[in-house]
Amino acid sequence: MAFACIFVPDFPVEAIVRADPELRDHPVAVLEGKPPLEKVVSVNEEARHEGVHSGMTKLQAELCESVTLRDRSELQESAAHRALLDCALSFSPQVEDVAPDAVLLDLSGLEKLFGTVPKIAWKISQCASAMGLQTNVAVAGTLEAAILAARGFSGTTVVPAGKEAECLGGLRIELLFADESDPEKTEEVLQTFERWGVCRLRELAALPEVELSERLGQWGIELQRRSRGLSHRAFVTSDSPLIFEEVLELEYPLVLLEPLAFALNRMLEQLCARLQARALAAQELHLELMLENGCEYSSSEQSGGVFKRTIHLPIPLLDPKTFLKLLQLDLKAHPAGAPVTKIILRVEPAKPRAAQNGLFQPSSPEPEKLELTLARISEIVGEARAGSPELLNTHRREAFEMKHFTPSAAKNGNGPTPREFVTALRIFRPPLVVRVSHQNGRPSHIASGRRDQIFGDVLWAAGPWRSSGDWWERDAWMRDEWDIALQAQTGLALYRLVHDVVGGTWMLEGSYD
Amino acid sequence: MSSFPCNTGDVPVFPAQFQDLAQKRASVLRHIARSERLAEVRPASRLEVHPKPEMLTTGISEIDAMTGGIPRGCLSELYGPASSGKTSVLLATISAATRRDETCVLVDASDSFDPASGQAAGIDFGKLLWVRCGDFGKSTYVVRRTSSAYDCKANDQQLTTKHNNKNRFQNNNEHQLEQVLKTTDLILQSGGFGVVALDLAGIPEKSVQRIPLASWFRFQRAVEHTKTVLLVISEFRCAESCAALILKFGGKSSARCPTLVSPSFEEWVSPDQISASPAHTQILEKMRVETELVRSRLERKPAQSVKAGFTTRAIRVG
Repeated sequence: MAFACIFVPDFPVEAIVRADPELRDHPVAVLEGKPPLEKVVSVNEEARHEGVHSGMTKLQAELCESVTLRDRSELQESAAHRALLDCALSFSPQVEDVAPDAVLLDLSGLEKLFGTVPKIAWKISQCASAMGLQTNVAVAGTLEAAILAARGFSGTTVVPAGKEAECLGGLRIELLFADESDPEKTEEVLQTFERWGVCRLRELAALPEVELSERLGQWGIELQRRSRGLSHRAFVTSDSPLIFEEVLELEYPLVLLEPLAFALNRMLEQLCARLQARALAAQELHLELMLENGCEYSSSEQSGGVFKRTIHLPIPLLDPKTFLKLLQLDLKAHPAGAPVTKIILRVEPAKPRAAQNGLFQPSSPEPEKLELTLARISEIVGEARAGSPELLNTHRREAFEMKHFTPSAAKNGNGPTPREFVTALRIFRPPLVVRVSHQNGRPSHIASGRRDQIFGDVLWAAGPWRSSGDWWERDAWMRDEWDIALQAQTGLALYRLVHDVVGGTWMLEGSYD
Repeated sequence: MSSFPCNTGDVPVFPAQFQDLAQKRASVLRHIARSERLAEVRPASRLEVHPKPEMLTTGISEIDAMTGGIPRGCLSELYGPASSGKTSVLLATISAATRRDETCVLVDASDSFDPASGQAAGIDFGKLLWVRCGDFGKSTYVVRRTSSAYDCKANDQQLTTKHNNKNRFQNNNEHQLEQVLKTTDLILQSGGFGVVALDLAGIPEKSVQRIPLASWFRFQRAVEHTKTVLLVISEFRCAESCAALILKFGGKSSARCPTLVSPSFEEWVSPDQISASPAHTQILEKMRVETELVRSRLERKPAQSVKAGFTTRAIRVG
């Protein structure tokens, strides 16, 4: 049985750098606390070389001009931790959430899938790197050995079975207290070990057990077992919620769409990498933009300085470029109206689409291309002007609504064949208001001032047919319909003439063609 | 014998000593053979044979018998005046395509598609993308549902301001056509559609004729070598030489259109004969459609014009 531990060193810094890859290989220090008492809580290796270390005040850290100072972001750390879990779950379903910066995997039975243990460790490291995290990966036969090796050694480490104590002996004793919740007790024990001259794990492991238990109690024995790489507990699988969210806090407010798109692209790539690791796709995109305080613009999508947009996808997709284009088109059509200070992007996961086209089925447009095309068409003709019509269950004329176009499933040509071909009606939108002269109770002459100058004597008329409805509602309607024939330049033209009984208006509703 | 200067593209110079006509002829031929322009001429043995395109049935047997159907991968044009039946044929074609599970697009320039007519024609709306052009914001019209059901208040429906209406109308038409062209470009680039129909009926001839021929060529090239049918309907010819199939609707017989049947008559009559009858005894039951094949690049040009006629049933009747 082998266990792997994925550990992210300098986790607060790594969470910041993951959201802002330009800071990679630059000295970065993370501050926490209320101003003016901010203190450095985490630094990366480059900042340590510059002389910045944890515990320094902000003023002290600012003396090093090359070091980039950032405030700690819990949201970004949360997103980074979820990315770490997604990476682990892409290899094994048995994952334990040890700490915000460390996860454990049970590698049992994975050799046939991923190869040898060193290869698995290397692939885990590559996967985490693809998600923007620089990690230490250690594989050992026990939980504690894996955790200590990941915390103590950089890169990928494989601890041979039975040699845990030997491999871990050179590590510093402070690693044993990385997950301790009581800092005072930890400080006291460390001082005790320092007085004894115990600095390395091998020195703690070599201490006599009886004398150690007399001075430190059962806890001391437990520490000694751990220093030898022996496990003191069982592996507990954690349930990882399916939350795919990325957060980016901006250094300065963004006004233009282009730099915003650049940031969104990065976040979408990370989200898609996480989804792919979990064999999932995206069904919905939720975008929240925190706007600058005191903004003058307001819109229905804004509430409390937060601008929200949601994009529903007809089928689960996993293409960051498509998502970016859809977001760009949507933001172009619905601008935020104020500078953006923070971006939160969340994705609703769904199982990927599994469609198999038949050899004899007609081709249909690709869903990814179609979605983009529809978004672009909506930009040209307006929102809700492109889609599938759906007739409503009413006799009222023009009662239909536009639905988002999603090609329906093939019916294998089983639709009924009409026996006769119907005469189509071309609707005038809006209906053409006309003046009607009557003779013997039927329309005799039509005059209008718009569109094709439709006017003339009515050569033939059929009707009226009365229809009405919604008499129990406020907007009750009643109309008389006539089919009339007018003489046009090119021959007879048939129209539908409607008399709105309630309003008294005469209008041409359409022409038969 | 000295060689004469021979420069590609230049006329060869014959020195005075060449007297033999055959020698002169041979030298000219050698010059032509070395010419770069000859390389552009493809020999007949290497000419591509364009296969006959696959035909799509319109669902109307009379038209299918006349034309063989609508060709795939080509631009086809149906034109005719109002009430000539072209929209009915369009809906029948789309209906036939959706019944075959093909995805269709209707780019409606004047937003005049009637979903009720489409449903009666048998169109599967789950397979139809309807693009409604012509929305210019709220300034165009407002349909307010009041206690009188529909109180249509159009900004440009005042009969006294005809001149302003005319200018606004022209700009609206150009805007509509711009939307149509842009949308069609996007749809053809996306690909995968069985039928792409451009409904330009209702757009004045002046505006339709302004569509540059290059646009039609571009559309025709976009559907070439695909299975997409590009269908254009309008009241006037617009695609010209780009259309592989052109059907004309209406014509001399339109004076008899519509032919009507009233309950008291058993045979086709013209409106003149029954205009005296009360209106409530009349019903628009059927409409006769006359169509003529103007051009078909797919078959040898007929010596005489080929015509077909059929009837369509009004939705209101049974």
